[in-house]
Amino acid sequence: MIRGIVRFVDERTGGSPFLKKALRYVFPDHWSFLLGEVALYVFMLLVATGVYLTFFFDDSRSQTVYHGSYAPLHGASMSRAYESVVHLSLDVRAGLLMRQTHHWAADVFVAAIVLHLLRVLFTGAFRKPRDLTYVVGATMLVLALLEGYLGYSMVDDLLSGMGLAIGYSVALSLPIVGAKFATLLWGGPFPGSDAFWPRMYIAHVLIIPILIAVLLSVHLLLVASRHHTQFQKSERESEQTVVGVPTFPGQAPRSLGLMFGTWGVLFLLGGLAQINPIWLWGPYHVGDSTNGAQPDWYLGWLIGALRLVPSFDIVIGGYTLVPNPFWGGALFPAVVFGLLYLWPWLERKLSGDIAFHNLLERPRENPTRTGALLAIVVWVFLVFMAGSADRVYVFLGLSYSHQIWAYRVAVVVLPVVTFFAIRRVCRELLAGELVREIQRDAKDKAAVT
Amino acid sequence: MSRVKDALVSAVVLLVGRAAPSARPDREPLVEQGSPSPGWEVVVLILLALVAGCAIVFMVLFSFEGLAHQTQYLGLALGAAFVLLAAICIVVANKLIVTEELEEDYPDLEHSAESDDVEQVVVDSGSRFTRGRLVKLAGFGALGTLGLALITPALSLGPAFATQKLKWTPWRRGRRLVDSQGAPLKASDIEAGSFYTAYPEGADRELIGSPIVVVRVPLADLKSRHDWAPQGIVAFSKICTHAGCAISLYRKPTFVPVEPRPALVCPCHYSTFDPADGGKVIFGPAGRALPQLPLAVDAKGYLRAQANFDEPIGPSWWGVRKGKAYTT
Repeated sequence: MIRGIVRFVDERTGGSPFLKKALRYVFPDHWSFLLGEVALYVFMLLVATGVYLTFFFDDSRSQTVYHGSYAPLHGASMSRAYESVVHLSLDVRAGLLMRQTHHWAADVFVAAIVLHLLRVLFTGAFRKPRDLTYVVGATMLVLALLEGYLGYSMVDDLLSGMGLAIGYSVALSLPIVGAKFATLLWGGPFPGSDAFWPRMYIAHVLIIPILIAVLLSVHLLLVASRHHTQFQKSERESEQTVVGVPTFPGQAPRSLGLMFGTWGVLFLLGGLAQINPIWLWGPYHVGDSTNGAQPDWYLGWLIGALRLVPSFDIVIGGYTLVPNPFWGGALFPAVVFGLLYLWPWLERKLSGDIAFHNLLERPRENPTRTGALLAIVVWVFLVFMAGSADRVYVFLGLSYSHQIWAYRVAVVVLPVVTFFAIRRVCRELLAGELVREIQRDAKDKAAVT
Repeated sequence: MSRVKDALVSAVVLLVGRAAPSARPDREPLVEQGSPSPGWEVVVLILLALVAGCAIVFMVLFSFEGLAHQTQYLGLALGAAFVLLAAICIVVANKLIVTEELEEDYPDLEHSAESDDVEQVVVDSGSRFTRGRLVKLAGFGALGTLGLALITPALSLGPAFATQKLKWTPWRRGRRLVDSQGAPLKASDIEAGSFYTAYPEGADRELIGSPIVVVRVPLADLKSRHDWAPQGIVAFSKICTHAGCAISLYRKPTFVPVEPRPALVCPCHYSTFDPADGGKVIFGPAGRALPQLPLAVDAKGYLRAQANFDEPIGPSWWGVRKGKAYTT
C-alpha cells in the first residue's frame, strides 16, 4: 500500500527526491528547540477554534436589549457583538469550550513565542546566517500581540471597551499625526463609527492570521534551508556538520506527541479553567469602567508602563505637544521592539564578530550578551510587574503609590545592577569550568605516570 | 456459514497473531533494524482504545442538551483524548522506533557561485542604457508616487482631517443633568461623600463627551471656581484625560494626613484628581486636569450646565489647546 501511494504521488509530482530529503532532514536534539514548535501547534488550534467561533459571532456594535437565558443581564442594553458572545458562551453547546480554549491558546501562543525568542537570544541562534529568520519571528510576535488585543477587544464587554479606550488614547497621543491617525482608524472620535467593529473583525479573522501564516511559512523555510543550530555535545558536532535524529522515523512521532499534548492541555484548560467570563464583566458603555481590570498577560507590560510614567505632557505655551500615554503606550514598546529587531546588528557591531555561526553558545559563554539581554528582560519584567501593583495592594496591603515610586527607581537601577552582576556570574562560571578541566587533566596525567 | 468462520478466524489472527519483521530480505535496510517489544505494542493498543473511548464519550456528552457542567465534561473528554494520543506518540517514539542519529553537512556558508552569476546577469542586461542612474531614480520616483496614490483611498476610513470633532460635546448652556435612568437630577439628590454619574438630557450617552461625574464638596473645602459649584456641587467629564477610561472610583479619605480630601480616581492607571480644586491631577500619569462642567441650579432645583466644559474632554493629542470644548 505504501509503495502504491508513494509511486502515485511521485509519478504525478516528481516529489520523491524532495520527500526523501525531507524524511532524512536532521533535527539536533534539545528540549528548548521545541518551544517554537509549541507556538506552531497552538497557532493551528487557534485557527481551528477561531473558525468555529466565527459561525456565531456578530461583528456589529448596534445596540440591542438582552433577552437571553442569562437572567442577571436581562433588560441590559448592549451591542450585538457582546450579545452574540454571551449567547455563544452560555447557549451554544461546546461554544464555551471552544471560546475558552481559543482564549487560553492565545495566551499560550504568545508565551511560547516569547520563550522561543528568549532561547534564540540567549544562545546566539539569531546570528548570521539566521538573522533574517529572527526578524521574521520577531514580526510574528508583534502580529500575535496585535491579534490578541483585537480578539478580546471586539467582544465589546466592559474590559474590551476599557482596553480600546486606552488603545485609542495611545494612538491619539502620537506626535503630530496622532489625532488624525486615531480618528481615521476609529472612523471618528472614540468610541468610533459603527464601521470600526467590522474593521477589527476582518483584521482579526483574516488579515493578521494570513500575515502570520505567510511569515510562519517563510520562517520555517528559512530554518530548513540553513538547517537547525545545535549545541556542541560531543566531538561530532561542528560548524560544518549537524548531528541529530531524522524527521522520520525519529523526530515525527515526538513532534506529533508534542502537538497532541499541547492540544490536549489546551482543551483541558478550555473545559476546566474559566477564562474571561464576559457575562460577569457586563457590556461596555463609554461612561462605565471597573476597578481591578487587568488585560491578558501579554499586554501587562504596557499597562505597567502607562501606570509608571509620572504625570507630564510636553506642553509649550499652553500648547500640548506630546500627551502622556505616548511614553508608556508607544515609546516604551517601540524601544523594546527596536532593540529586539536591531539586536543581531548591534551585537555584530559591538563585538566585531561577523562570522557565520551554526554552533550555539551556552549563556555563560558570552557574558556580555547574557548580561545585557538579562538587563533588558529585567527592565521589561519590572514594568510588567508594576502593572499588577493595584492587585498587590488589594492582596498584601502595600501602598499603591509607594509601590509605584519603588518601581520607578527599580526600573532604572536594577537593569544596570543585573548587567554587571550577571556578566560577573557568567565569567565566574566559565572560570570554574576551566579550573575543573585543568584539574581533570592533571589527574589524568598523574594516573598515566 | 464458512464466511462467518473465515471472518472469525481472521479476527482472531489479527488480535493474537504476530508478523515477522517487515523489512524486505532482498535489500539492505535504510533504517536500522531493532528487536520487537510486544509489551509496548499492547500498551499502544490499549491507549488507542482509550482515545476512541474518549471520542465516543465526547459525542455522547454533546448529545445532551442542558447538561449541567457540559463545558467541563466536554473539555475533559477532548483533552484526555489528545493527551492519550500524545502518550501514544511518546511510547512509539521511545519504545517502538529505532532511535538513530544521523550526521549531515550544513549548507555552504559563503555565498555560492550562482550569486555571482545572478549579479552579472542583472548588470550585463543593462548594456543599452546610457542614463541608467537617472532612469532608476525616475523609476523609483514614479513607483513611489503610484504607491502613495494606492494608499490614498485609506483616507476614506474616517474623518482624518476633521480633528475639530474631538472637541465637540453635547453639553451646552441650560442642559439638564439626568441619571442613568434618564431622570433629571436635583441639587438636593446629590449627597456629600457619594458619587453620581450623569448624562446630558436627551443626548446620545455613547459619546465620549456625554458622561460626567457629580460630587458635593463641602463649601469650606472648595478651593477654586466657586461660581461653577452651586452649594459645592461640582461636575467633571467622566472620561480620564490620560487614557480615556471612565473615572468610576471616588476615594474617600482613609488617612487624613496623606489623603486629606476625597478624590476622583480612574481605575485604569490610577490617575487621581482633586474635585475641590478644578480637577487638578494629584497622583498618577494624567497630564492635565479633568475638564470641569460649570453647574447651575434652576428655580425648580434641577441641576443644569452653565456652559460647555472649560477645555476639551478625553485623552489629549498634539495641539489640544487649553481652549473650550464646543457645541453647535
